[in-house]
Amino acid sequence: MQTKNVADITVTINGQEGSFSVPVRRNLVDFLRHDVGLTGSHVGCESGICGACNVRVDGVVVRGCLMFAVQADGCVVDTIEGITDSGEAAALQQAFLERNALQCGYCTPGMLMTGLELVQSGRTVTRDEIREELSGNFCRCTGYHAIVDAIEHVMERCTK
Amino acid sequence: MSDELKLPVRVQLRPQTLVGRSVPRETARRLASGRGRYLDDVHGGEVYHIAFYRSPYARAKFTLGDLSAAASSPGVYRIVTGTDLTAICAPWVTRLEMLPDHVSPPEYALAVDEVYWQGEPVVAVVAKTRAQAEDALDAIDIDWNDLEPVANAEQALSLDSPLVHPALKSNLALEREIIRGDVDAAFKGAACVVEHHFSFGRQTGVPLEGRGVIARYDRRTEELTVYQSHQAPFQMQEIYAKQLSMPLSKVRVLCPDVGGAFGIKLHAYADEMAAVAIARLLAVPVKYQADRLESFVSDAHARDAVVSARLALDSQGCIVGLQYEGLFSFGAVSLYPRGSVGEALQLLETCGLAYKVPALHGQVRGAFVNKVPTGAYRAVGQPLGAAVMEQLLDNAADKLDMDRFEIRRKNYVVDADLVNDSDAKLRGLSLRQCLDTIKTDMNYPQLRQRQEELRAKRTYRGIGLCTFIEQTGVGAWLYGRNGVAAASKESVRLHLSTSGEVVCHTSASESGQGVHTGLAQIIADTLGCPMDAIYVRTGDTLSDPVGGGSWASRGLALGGEAARLAALDLRHNVLSVVAAWKSVSIDELEIDHGVVSIIDGEVACSLQQVARLVHYDSTVLPLPQPPSLSVERSYTPFSKPYFMANGIQAAEVEVDIETGQVKVLDFWVVEDCGTVVNPLLVDEQIRGGVVQGIGAALFEHCVYDEAGQITNASLADYLVPMAAEMPDIQVSHISTPEQETGLGAKGVGEAGTVGAIGAIWSAVNDALRPLGVSAHKQPFTPDVILSAVLQKA
Repeated sequence: MQTKNVADITVTINGQEGSFSVPVRRNLVDFLRHDVGLTGSHVGCESGICGACNVRVDGVVVRGCLMFAVQADGCVVDTIEGITDSGEAAALQQAFLERNALQCGYCTPGMLMTGLELVQSGRTVTRDEIREELSGNFCRCTGYHAIVDAIEHVMERCTK
Repeated sequence: MSDELKLPVRVQLRPQTLVGRSVPRETARRLASGRGRYLDDVHGGEVYHIAFYRSPYARAKFTLGDLSAAASSPGVYRIVTGTDLTAICAPWVTRLEMLPDHVSPPEYALAVDEVYWQGEPVVAVVAKTRAQAEDALDAIDIDWNDLEPVANAEQALSLDSPLVHPALKSNLALEREIIRGDVDAAFKGAACVVEHHFSFGRQTGVPLEGRGVIARYDRRTEELTVYQSHQAPFQMQEIYAKQLSMPLSKVRVLCPDVGGAFGIKLHAYADEMAAVAIARLLAVPVKYQADRLESFVSDAHARDAVVSARLALDSQGCIVGLQYEGLFSFGAVSLYPRGSVGEALQLLETCGLAYKVPALHGQVRGAFVNKVPTGAYRAVGQPLGAAVMEQLLDNAADKLDMDRFEIRRKNYVVDADLVNDSDAKLRGLSLRQCLDTIKTDMNYPQLRQRQEELRAKRTYRGIGLCTFIEQTGVGAWLYGRNGVAAASKESVRLHLSTSGEVVCHTSASESGQGVHTGLAQIIADTLGCPMDAIYVRTGDTLSDPVGGGSWASRGLALGGEAARLAALDLRHNVLSVVAAWKSVSIDELEIDHGVVSIIDGEVACSLQQVARLVHYDSTVLPLPQPPSLSVERSYTPFSKPYFMANGIQAAEVEVDIETGQVKVLDFWVVEDCGTVVNPLLVDEQIRGGVVQGIGAALFEHCVYDEAGQITNASLADYLVPMAAEMPDIQVSHISTPEQETGLGAKGVGEAGTVGAIGAIWSAVNDALRPLGVSAHKQPFTPDVILSAVLQKA
């Protein structure tokens, strides 16, 4: 019974490879939060709407609640902790801070994941396009204006 | 006496001014790095997890069946029922002393024999993991006998309606009116009478982090420790002590980072009470974290009102009378401890308040219904009052062929009219300045011209205006007078530590508003120390001074003044020490950047040196007992019930009359919250509030079917504003400092929401005006708009 319910996986999380036994029904974000102890990714709706659980799997931002942990076997997973420690998100985080693009901060790790993917895309985008890109991330506090400002600011600087 | 700081011999006296500057929030760096510590992130040993079996019916009797299968489900520690908890936690009843007729049914931590709304917690499963607790829910056997629910206020107050709850004598929960002047005569003689009907849909607050508690009862010390995602820790400490018959001093409530609250986390909920009672009953640590689905059927709901209103004016457009009547659908009980009546009472009190209204008759009624209890949600009733009045003024301007700015300007209340003491709270509003400013900001003539041009092409744009007033920093008149144990003051305790750091413990909690940054700015300016030497701590009933917490836009208005007063006291005590030590008078001393100097610029010492002298070696001081370097001050409004902020908002929308879609194109706010301590943070409070108002007006709706079942209890189906649908929001300020405080700040937390709903009503109906129709029902979904458009057809 036990063998059916638990699977062994190997995942590279924030640059460090590790092996874990996880219940097969555990989703990726619960695994990261409760088994690995990376509490920076948050759970807002558990149905793929709010984006608070956004993490990067093999370089692509995904919903941590819509993927089982076992599906990450052999994958490279990056969380807010990882992109913070590596400095990859530093410019965007600084812009969020200076522009006050977060209040309660609960959506912010997921918002930064989405925002960073857009920044790194190298695209030239309008404010409306930034808003479209963010439309999978729910923020209840800010009203989005400051978040759009922060991302726009970093993107403008990147293209200069 | 160590002397770690290298001080310059002389300093240039140039006092810093941080108040008024856009200082970023230092906490934001931590939160943006994934280092927030929210309720679910609080670790401290193993806990049992709780999942609730919630009522599937709006109204039913039930008999618990065999629970042994659930009890033996993997990982389950215990199944707890309502009867189990009643033994240690009696049901509670919301009572408001000023409203003796408001009689709520009792509420149980877990239902006993009967349920009164879909989602009411019935049985708790305590298990090793939340998943195991949820698994066991499937094995719970309950025999249900469903009864006819009461679905809305109209039904509730009809003669043949069943009672919502057997403890009630009537479903009528509230009936109040205000009368001023002879309103009948005013309407009879009026040159112009307009009316409008309003339906404000039921909604909820949707903080992204769900509610939750972690509770531990230590049998050895008989202490209860509760971590809770909440806005008012002292209120919860009172409630847990009372409900569990424990000494207040043995109950400690801590609030970690709070992931959004908006009033939703201001109440005492049955599920949280049950979790805490279970920790006490079983003496094991437990955690309950609401998921999104159960949040929709347990978080306070809000609004849910129908209002009919009429406005009478003379031929010059001066208001002569106002009449409005609101009917509110509350829930099955009046939410504890503050009640569900606020929404209705705030409509009653605020409708037309910004205007000269010689004759007025306002009435509100509220009814219990078999739905989730309603309670405080950002701006509580004030958006309804503003939306009603502004829509009436638009209708009147149209009928009288007057400019919509002119009709407002003409009727605004001005200080010269406010001769009675009871009107004191309204003095010092800047309504006309705000009106003039927004007209310029939005380039109104150009918008109007473009609107006309587009109308010719059958594109329907609307321009909306909403004057608003916001009751901020509410004092003891609201809850204290009603016998509700919720502190009406905010408090700050400052301690100058031997490291030279100033530790600030405050009751003024926050969930990202930036109150703590504001407090640090005020303390730094007043005391004369660098901001980075100030540590602001909050959310712990054991170490914080007593105060309200985070509600009714009070953090800066009240907490800020308490901080200023405490910093003045600390400054005085520091200077008393230095004056004695250096044999100079206090008047000859100054503090700047943490350095005490004598008025001619000669450095006396650092703040750290003062602290080390006082705490470690006072022998060099010619004082028998040096003054304390820990000081505490509180503040609550005394000359008026609250501080009145005001402003105006404007929206430009485009209504697609083929699809019924409403798009918000542009949005402007002019706000007067008195002294603006931190423009960066204030503007974002306003923007965030505006978007919640737009969400209410266009999207958000708890949809119930006739059986009292909510049909859209998920974030996929309950629509919230997302980035793509929202406009940029332009914010300007007028600053009329509050006269009662030295700081001069009024609150601003709810301002955006207070005015945005009315601005959208005004704009949508302005867009529809050339079609000769109007909309009456919020949210303005495509269905509502198309129904309005088809009225004429």
